[in-house]
Amino acid sequence: MRGNGVPAVEVSDLVKRYPKSPVNAVDDLSFTVNPGEVFGLLGPNGAGKTTTIGMLTTRVRPTSGRALIGGIDVAADPVRVRGLLAVVPQRSNLDRSISVRRNLTFHAAYHGVPAAEATVRANELLEQFGLLERADIKPDLFSGGQSQRMMIARALMHEPQVLFLDEPSTGLDPAARLFVWDRLRELRDRGVTLMLTTHDMHEAATLADRVGIMDHGKLLALDTPEALMRGLAGSSTLELSVQSQNGDVPEPLVQALEQLTGVEAVEALHDDTPEGDASERRVRLYVSGEASPLIAPAATLLADRGFALRSVELGAPTLEDVFIHLTGRTLR
Amino acid sequence: MSATTTVATRPRLRPRSRQRRAFTAVLGRDLYVTWKELPVFLAQVILQPLFLLFVFGKVLASLGYTQNGYSDLLFPGLLALTAVITGMQTLAFPLVVEFGWTKEIEDRLLAPMSTALVATEKVLFASLRAFTATAIMIPVGILVLGSIPWRWSGVPLLVLTMVLGSLLGAGLGLVMGTLVVPQRINIVFSLVFTPLLFTGCSQYPWPSLSRLPWFQVVTACNPMTYVSESMRAALVPSVPHIQVWVCMLVLAGSLIALMTIGVRGFYRRAID
Repeated sequence: MRGNGVPAVEVSDLVKRYPKSPVNAVDDLSFTVNPGEVFGLLGPNGAGKTTTIGMLTTRVRPTSGRALIGGIDVAADPVRVRGLLAVVPQRSNLDRSISVRRNLTFHAAYHGVPAAEATVRANELLEQFGLLERADIKPDLFSGGQSQRMMIARALMHEPQVLFLDEPSTGLDPAARLFVWDRLRELRDRGVTLMLTTHDMHEAATLADRVGIMDHGKLLALDTPEALMRGLAGSSTLELSVQSQNGDVPEPLVQALEQLTGVEAVEALHDDTPEGDASERRVRLYVSGEASPLIAPAATLLADRGFALRSVELGAPTLEDVFIHLTGRTLR
Repeated sequence: MSATTTVATRPRLRPRSRQRRAFTAVLGRDLYVTWKELPVFLAQVILQPLFLLFVFGKVLASLGYTQNGYSDLLFPGLLALTAVITGMQTLAFPLVVEFGWTKEIEDRLLAPMSTALVATEKVLFASLRAFTATAIMIPVGILVLGSIPWRWSGVPLLVLTMVLGSLLGAGLGLVMGTLVVPQRINIVFSLVFTPLLFTGCSQYPWPSLSRLPWFQVVTACNPMTYVSESMRAALVPSVPHIQVWVCMLVLAGSLIALMTIGVRGFYRRAID
């Protein structure tokens, strides 16, 4: 059940300064997450992501500003807010004294889910997360991937409206990561709001509807991954493989390509591809905006001058490029 | 709760009953784990007082090193010791581990209940375990010693003292569990545990220490002393002991102080 215009998460002028710290860990943060949205907070370690999530999940007291979950103030009514959200931390915090199934049913009981309903739901989730055959053992010897799956299953027991995931696929092998991503997409399709922190560009670009890039406690940019990457001028590339007579790219051709609208620079690449044709050469065009509209004019230009176009490769800027552009440093 | 609660997916409970349910469920989880590990629990709580009782009450008496009747004043002291130490151990050590390493407590801190209630549940659970352990010491005492000092008229005071002793232990555990950083747990425990064990008047009645005035002052500072003395007032009133009203006053004061410091410490660990 969502709608009626209440944002899933609403943060305004949020500040956190830890005692004895000279700087704000979170510095005047404002953003809104809509119901059913997947929102990614991206930033390097120490950027303030975890503190932000801590404030939203009632575990860190804001110094100033406001944070609302489902319209309820986290500082004023933390007990009600806790009923609306669930947290999947990066490190396992599973209850090692009780079985996997009991982890799920006790969690449900904490949240007031009736026992019969909890039993049914636990079975469904154990099945869905591939944990059914291990349901009656204690989770103390679980691998990272199993713990992660179990913590997501546990988080879903009380049907939270907002699910917070801290680095959901850090330390998982590729198969486990894909499994977790698939489950998260299913949740999104069911209308659960997901808020994830990550320093994995690929994860953010793959899962998130919108990404907020954070550094030094501030939000530097906030948009869809596509818009963020599109906004990065001069980072798109168009690489053309050209069949040339004498194995060289003549200077007039380079100049002609530079005249095309949107091209900022052209570079003739001189690396020899061992298995390739000796007469094949590659030219890289640096483009402001999107590169794909340039394919047709470039092909025409080459054909007019008697060159054969063998292949085309588009290079789009990644979120990593956006991040480096904004912060001047790499993510890890 | 009116139209503002439209965001709920299931019928919303009133906040108070909701917190009560969460509290009951968390307590239920702790009791369930204790039940599953019952033999371990029994061994844990019985072993130490059992050996103290056996060596001091039985072996030394049989060898003639202690006077007749020593076991009668030792037994109430051991009840006090069991209550306080069990309460403290049940709470302090797991709490340090949960906050410091396993983070298991996070799931309960995120349950729809106030943080103070999570701390209260810890205290209640530790007290229940301590009370049970102390009650178990009564048949154990009969088995080891053959007979124990017993007065039916003293039972109400005995039960009250068991409750207060268990709460005192839990309070001490809450303070230690929240103030001690995980890296120091071993040092702090040995530094606190042994003095607490031997200055709590469980092995000797307090008034008899008038021959060792400095030690009498030291023992007067240990709140466990008042549990031991109140136990003697209940079971062996003929042995000189501190007045019951003094014991009650000191214990009430200690409990208020420990709970205040403990809950504050718990908040500090739970919320940044």
